[in-house]
Amino acid sequence: MKKYLERIGRHTEVFMTSTGLMAIMFGQAAVFAFTPPVKFKNIFKQMEFVGVQSLFVIILTGTFTGMVLALQSFNALKRFGAESLVGPTVALSMARELGPVLAALMVTGRAGSAMATELGTMRVTEQIDALFTMAINPIKHLVVPRIIAGVCMFPVLTIITEFVGVAGGYLVGVRLLGINPGIYIGRTIDFVQVEDIFTGLSKSVVFGLISTLVACYYGFYTKGGAEGVGRAATSSVVTGSILILISDYLMSTFMV
Amino acid sequence: MIKIIGLEKSFGAKKILNRVNLEMEKGMITVVIGRSGEGKSVLLKHIIGLLKPDAGQILLDGTDLAALKEREFNEVRKRFGMLFQGSALFDSMTVGENVGFPLKEHTDLDNAVIRDIVRQKLERVGLKNIEDMMPSDLSGGMKKRVGLARAIVMDPEIVLFDEPTTGLDPIMSDSIAELILDTQRALKTTYILITHDIQLTYKVADKIAMLHEGRIIMEGSVDDFRTTRDPAVRQFLEGSSKGPIGVI
Repeated sequence: MKKYLERIGRHTEVFMTSTGLMAIMFGQAAVFAFTPPVKFKNIFKQMEFVGVQSLFVIILTGTFTGMVLALQSFNALKRFGAESLVGPTVALSMARELGPVLAALMVTGRAGSAMATELGTMRVTEQIDALFTMAINPIKHLVVPRIIAGVCMFPVLTIITEFVGVAGGYLVGVRLLGINPGIYIGRTIDFVQVEDIFTGLSKSVVFGLISTLVACYYGFYTKGGAEGVGRAATSSVVTGSILILISDYLMSTFMV
Repeated sequence: MIKIIGLEKSFGAKKILNRVNLEMEKGMITVVIGRSGEGKSVLLKHIIGLLKPDAGQILLDGTDLAALKEREFNEVRKRFGMLFQGSALFDSMTVGENVGFPLKEHTDLDNAVIRDIVRQKLERVGLKNIEDMMPSDLSGGMKKRVGLARAIVMDPEIVLFDEPTTGLDPIMSDSIAELILDTQRALKTTYILITHDIQLTYKVADKIAMLHEGRIIMEGSVDDFRTTRDPAVRQFLEGSSKGPIGVI
């Protein structure tokens, strides 16, 4: 019993410490983001890394998700004679849920793990300490550009995921399953509102913040050499993904 | 001058530094020796402000560094340079960018001027035409030299060295020792080294201090250490596993 309580206590302490450190990191990053000089070169470099280099993976994921969604919804809606609703089903699912969540999970897996690994390696090879000794704040130099890149690029990637998802759904619905293209597009336009797209985009901003903050946190506080770097990468993906899914549910609750 | 008074630091239940007192003279090379895990790096990290002491003072020209806020300490840090054990060069930057990085961050100098200073500093540490190379293309000895060039690029008053010869072959170690002497004599800078390399210590030190079990157990000149009869110091200098210092 004592051992059990000790374990709970240890886990609680780790959880509280991590949450506290992450909150402090976020607070510092928020202050430094608006403190000149702004490191545009670093920010653009990270935007290219988070955004441009994730294009292939999110286009692939978005297209196939849209395609499979059209296929499955067609089979279900056909039973009620409502095949014309395949277009809106695909578009609404992509805009409100799948676009932002899929893009966030894929980019967390690709860019988040790479960020945690890079910062973790910098930590264990004393490069972060070297920044401190040069009177350069590592939060401003390393964390702020990554968070800004995440917050800016996640919505862009979400839009692209949504677009290719709808295009994939159109291909399957119209070309493969024979739905009239005019009906497909017309019903989609009828049902999908601008606010549906904004709901997805506002979620993606939060996902971008969560994904990059978690990755930076695990990388920045890496301990224990190569093994620690590996652990940081894994933790950043697992924790980032879980937090994205939880926050998605909470935001969906308030935005319905 | 740096004066350390009653410095204490514990990690958990383990006391690493236990009322350490030490003075480091301006323009001199002070070498702190001791076994691995005795707290030498911890001592160095306190001087540069990477760690805060549990108790005690670190006085730099009379100012207590331990009492400074982070922003104030950043101003003081500009007076320091530091060479790390693994050199700590930034992987994502070229050699030239690494060396010029502090200048780029803290001065308004032109890129051309920065390039010129970088070239001079690299030449000072015996390296030419390697500005465009990446750190991953360099040998251990070259990395140390580039690390030293970066440490002195802002012409600091004090340079800290964390195990400058660890991982190098004896010939390269000697060349680094020569470089330390050469740059110190030329720049008249205060150098503080921590090491367990006795040859390096005897070659460069103006003053030696030995850290053992969290305390400075002896300090003095090279001659004082060569002739000491203190059994613990003798055991360490001779590299013997038999004596008052336990192996584990």
